[in-house]
Amino acid sequence: MDKLLKPLTALGASAPLRKSLGPWELVERVDVALASVAPRRGREGEVARADVPVPAVAASVQGDPWSSFWLTPDMFMVEAPFASHEDIRAHLLGIYGDAASVTEQTDAWVRFDLLGPGLERLMAKLCNVDVVAAPEGYATRTVIEHMGCYLIKRAPSSEGAVTLYGARSMAGSLLHAITLAAGTVA
Amino acid sequence: MTRIAGGLIDRNTTLNFTFDGKGYTAHPGDTLASALLAADVRLMGRSFKYHRPRGVMTAGSEEPNALMQVRTGGRQEPNTRATVAEVYDGLEAQSQNRWPSLAFDALGINDRFHSFFAAGFYYKTFMWPRKFWEAVYEPIIRRAAGLGRLTREADPDAYDKGFLHADLLVIGAGPAGLMAALTAGRAGLRVILADEDFLAGGRLNAEAGSVADQGSADWARATVAELAALPTVRLMSRTTVFGVFDHGIYGAVERVSDHLAAPVAGQVRQTLWRIYAPHAVMATGAIERPIAFDNNDRPGVMLAGALRAYANRWAVVPGQRVAIFTNNDSGLASALDLQAKGVDVVAVIDSREGGELLPGIRHLRGAHVVDTSGRLGLTGITIDMKGRRETLAVDALGVSGGWNPNLGLMQQHRARPDWNDQIAAFTPARGPKGLMAVGAAAGEFSTLGALRSGAEAARAVAEALGRQAPYALPKAEDQAYRIAPLWAVPGASRAWVDQQNDVTVKDVKLSHQEAFTDVEHLKRYTTLGMATDQGKTGNLLGAAVMAELTGQSIEATGQTTYRPPFTPVSLGVLGGRSQGRDFKPFRHTPSHHWAAEQGAVFVEVGMWLRTQWLPRKGETEWRQSVDREVLATRKSVGICDVTTLGKIDIQGTDAGAFLDRVYANTFSTLAVGKCRYGLMLREDGMVFDDGTTARLGPHEYVMTTTTANAVTVFRHLEYCRQCLWPDMDVQIISTTEAWAQYSVAGPNARKLLARLVDQDISDAALPYMGCAEVTIGGLRARIFRISFSGELAYEIAVPARYGDGLIRALVAAGEAFDAVVYGTEALGVMRVEKGHVAGNELNGTSTALNMGLGKMVSRKKDAIGVTLSGREALLAEDGLRLVGVKPVNPADAMKAGSHFLKQGAAAVAENDDGWLTSLVWSPHLGHYIALGYLRDGAKRMGEKIRVVNLLAGTDILAEIVSPHFIDPEGERLRG
Amino acid sequence: MLIPHPLLGLRDAQEFVYMGDAALIGRPDGGDIATLHNYLYLRDNPAGEHRELWYHEQGDRSWLVVTRNTATHEILGAELARDVARAKGRSK
Repeated sequence: MDKLLKPLTALGASAPLRKSLGPWELVERVDVALASVAPRRGREGEVARADVPVPAVAASVQGDPWSSFWLTPDMFMVEAPFASHEDIRAHLLGIYGDAASVTEQTDAWVRFDLLGPGLERLMAKLCNVDVVAAPEGYATRTVIEHMGCYLIKRAPSSEGAVTLYGARSMAGSLLHAITLAAGTVA
Repeated sequence: MTRIAGGLIDRNTTLNFTFDGKGYTAHPGDTLASALLAADVRLMGRSFKYHRPRGVMTAGSEEPNALMQVRTGGRQEPNTRATVAEVYDGLEAQSQNRWPSLAFDALGINDRFHSFFAAGFYYKTFMWPRKFWEAVYEPIIRRAAGLGRLTREADPDAYDKGFLHADLLVIGAGPAGLMAALTAGRAGLRVILADEDFLAGGRLNAEAGSVADQGSADWARATVAELAALPTVRLMSRTTVFGVFDHGIYGAVERVSDHLAAPVAGQVRQTLWRIYAPHAVMATGAIERPIAFDNNDRPGVMLAGALRAYANRWAVVPGQRVAIFTNNDSGLASALDLQAKGVDVVAVIDSREGGELLPGIRHLRGAHVVDTSGRLGLTGITIDMKGRRETLAVDALGVSGGWNPNLGLMQQHRARPDWNDQIAAFTPARGPKGLMAVGAAAGEFSTLGALRSGAEAARAVAEALGRQAPYALPKAEDQAYRIAPLWAVPGASRAWVDQQNDVTVKDVKLSHQEAFTDVEHLKRYTTLGMATDQGKTGNLLGAAVMAELTGQSIEATGQTTYRPPFTPVSLGVLGGRSQGRDFKPFRHTPSHHWAAEQGAVFVEVGMWLRTQWLPRKGETEWRQSVDREVLATRKSVGICDVTTLGKIDIQGTDAGAFLDRVYANTFSTLAVGKCRYGLMLREDGMVFDDGTTARLGPHEYVMTTTTANAVTVFRHLEYCRQCLWPDMDVQIISTTEAWAQYSVAGPNARKLLARLVDQDISDAALPYMGCAEVTIGGLRARIFRISFSGELAYEIAVPARYGDGLIRALVAAGEAFDAVVYGTEALGVMRVEKGHVAGNELNGTSTALNMGLGKMVSRKKDAIGVTLSGREALLAEDGLRLVGVKPVNPADAMKAGSHFLKQGAAAVAENDDGWLTSLVWSPHLGHYIALGYLRDGAKRMGEKIRVVNLLAGTDILAEIVSPHFIDPEGERLRG
Repeated sequence: MLIPHPLLGLRDAQEFVYMGDAALIGRPDGGDIATLHNYLYLRDNPAGEHRELWYHEQGDRSWLVVTRNTATHEILGAELARDVARAKGRSK
């Protein structure tokens, strides 16, 4: 459907960014819809039984179409393809009914996927997460140059795939921080 | 040239550098100090107070004397220790604290008047007259006594920071550190080996011993090569661990480019590392200490171990005729090393009695050096052998008063070290958890002992982690270390204890005489142990001299507190990348790019950049733009980006009850599809924040906070939810970033929006304070009929990626109505005209009653802050109340920050009647208007008061009016 | 400092916001002015063991009760504040 309003990426462009940073690649993702899910009190079982995977503490689960990662002791974030799930909240309310509080989060975040082996050298310049020791699927909130971000380790260190979700309004500053850091270790 | 054979320098390459404008050469591997010594330059600086000629004293980071200004322009850096500064081609160095030249320093006259400059001299001398303290005395003292000078230019280099994790952090790459890293690395532990030097090896490079049947330096090289090949070991040279913080966090500075003329492209000058390591070994070695005797500070008098290091590592002998003065065996080893290098060792003056004599050297037992000669450099020493005096012509004297385990890092946690009589020094007792001293830092002075303690520590760490770490010790020297303490040789002249701060034995005696006997008092009285070297060579000597005076033991006398940093750290690296434009991140709203295209002027609000006003062609002054925006909005319609307001999604079956607890007014009774203005209090009853909260469903609310308080309000809600009422069924998450939100205000607001919104938004369908989920061209959107400007107004929100599209659509639809886009200035003008409170009024010391909103505080329920807002003093009838203020003469310009005074009252604090909080020019009314807090304000409507600003020199007669300057009945918003 | 988060393990104190005495959990809901006044203003400030509130703002948004020796910075334990609150009988 051709919309009346044209979307822009968090960086203010019409198409997402793809950029090489020395040995690594940075891929901006605008094709993922996000929503937070928090089971209502006493309804945790219903939420756990639904088709959407519930992540363990500080972990993420990959699936199709639903993936998810842990946010807080009583809330997790759900990811789904944007093209088919733009109105992700409606989809999830269809699944959970009133068993969970669901909040659309798609555009609250800018997502950068960093790809390539040896990412730990770059991450060491950005945040205090020990990406070498972290297990695959590890998901945590962290701070990059004063900016709160979610970090998900998508692949073992030998392959190197890390997702960063930063506040959408700070997309430019976050990209700048990553680019500067990469310049010192690339 | 006094280069000898050998050394760990690359003679195939020659580097050129200058010192005080004169050209010299060096080789890779040289420090500024070694290269100058190789060129027979002994005079390297002037002392802090007496401007005494000084040369290099050490061969490491503990150097007190050879401080230089290195580089020029923006990179000029004072107080660089020549002993650790690597020479690069083109380096420019200047001596410090001298005028007009190093050899002839006019302030050298201070030395003649030394009795006048004794410790505490300025406390006593510059007391009177008082007004001279800052105007006269301080500038003179600062000029005369000083170190280098800072550049006035901006630093052109970038700095960085980073985070590292390890099972084991090894601090120092001498024998103990190398062996610890090797043992742990071979066992597969994640190891970081940080060494302040640019060449790993520590004393292995400075002494001509052997390890594993090879030269000790060669063993160090081979070990480094093996470590570099181990996958879990990270070698960090030029990296100083400067601080030990709680629970296994260490601060380190890596000097990435200090050894280069300028960083290579894309690289940084230095990196600040935060290292997380549950286990660390402190293999920081030992620091040799001097002996105090008369005139022991001349260029050419050095520590014996430094002489030895210059000869072995740098192939430099700083003299033709060398003597050694020692109270311990290491001085003898130094003499033998030098002799083996072919140096003329004139005599070894050994203060100890008896024992074996060194072969082939004039080894004097029970002897002391009592004085020296040579104005700009050592020419001779006077020795005393039980009353018999002899003068020896020497140009270098190596002194060894023993070695202090280098405990600085461990002492940062105030661990009280133990006194060890065996080595006459303090050894570490119990440091912070996880930090262990090894090698010479633990008092293990033999090479084998150091290797063993390093390996043992690594094995213990491995075992703690459930791993095995077997090791085999290489063959190495294992000699006992014998010392007979000697601190100060009695004399008639001055004997230096702390050369950097010009503290002598006499100063310590004076301190004792004036009852400053505690080491902390001694430090403050004499400046012992201050400045760039922090007393690394002199502290213990000073304490020992004091101990002799008080008759206490050295252990009881103790040491002063150690604090980070271990060696000086540049402010640039502490800032890291957070400088200039990168000081903090910027937050952009989804239509920022559109606003920038339009030429908007932005203002920083927290990290947000908001449109302040949007000038049109021909507008040269900000008021022109703002006045136009206000008038056009009130006349027809204006559009404003309000995305930055905090938005919090609150859901759950207890959401309404929860809001009743956190807001002073009631929300559980709010109908679905309605908004309400909410007032949030702190527990002490003061207003915390305000905003509009909408009920989107039976168990779903969206709260708006002020832009500034978005984070603190969210934190507060989490606190209430988790700590106070943990069983409430409430879930919250911020949605500030998810939505782009615009205010559309003015008589034509509805007409404009009706062109875009797919649903009916007539007054009947969406009355004042209504809200709804709607669509724009099929896209989900939210609409809130709320007003900050006092006009018929809506806020319309779409998912953030469509914000740019929405502002363009709003502007396009607005063309038919001459719509304007307005910024925060116009927003501010309109809210003051309407009498709404904002940040200036929400100042953290104001109650709802002060703001004229007292009726909003519901007494029917318990909510945060409600009870304490009812305290007697806060309810005082004559307390501050929010009022409107307008000048009696419309031409008068009131000033922001003014205070209110009654007519005829003197402008003194006792007569203060309150203050002006917000001031704007109202284009609507054609004069300035203001809001303010006025004592007993509610009862003073119509009264004439004075609006006084003593700084601006204004005193304006004004009238107290209602804060609602326009549409007090609210007809416009309900239109 | 490192805070031993009960769910996430050791986390740098830089990620937290400190609020002070964990006695704040014991809010006397519905109390009168004197009770609320004592609750809000009269607190201990010990040199030694102290139970205090830390908020994992740059983390999982948990409020924690951390038992810390204020003289040595030794941390003796950390619990989720909601568990502490429930144990004290707090509910809704």
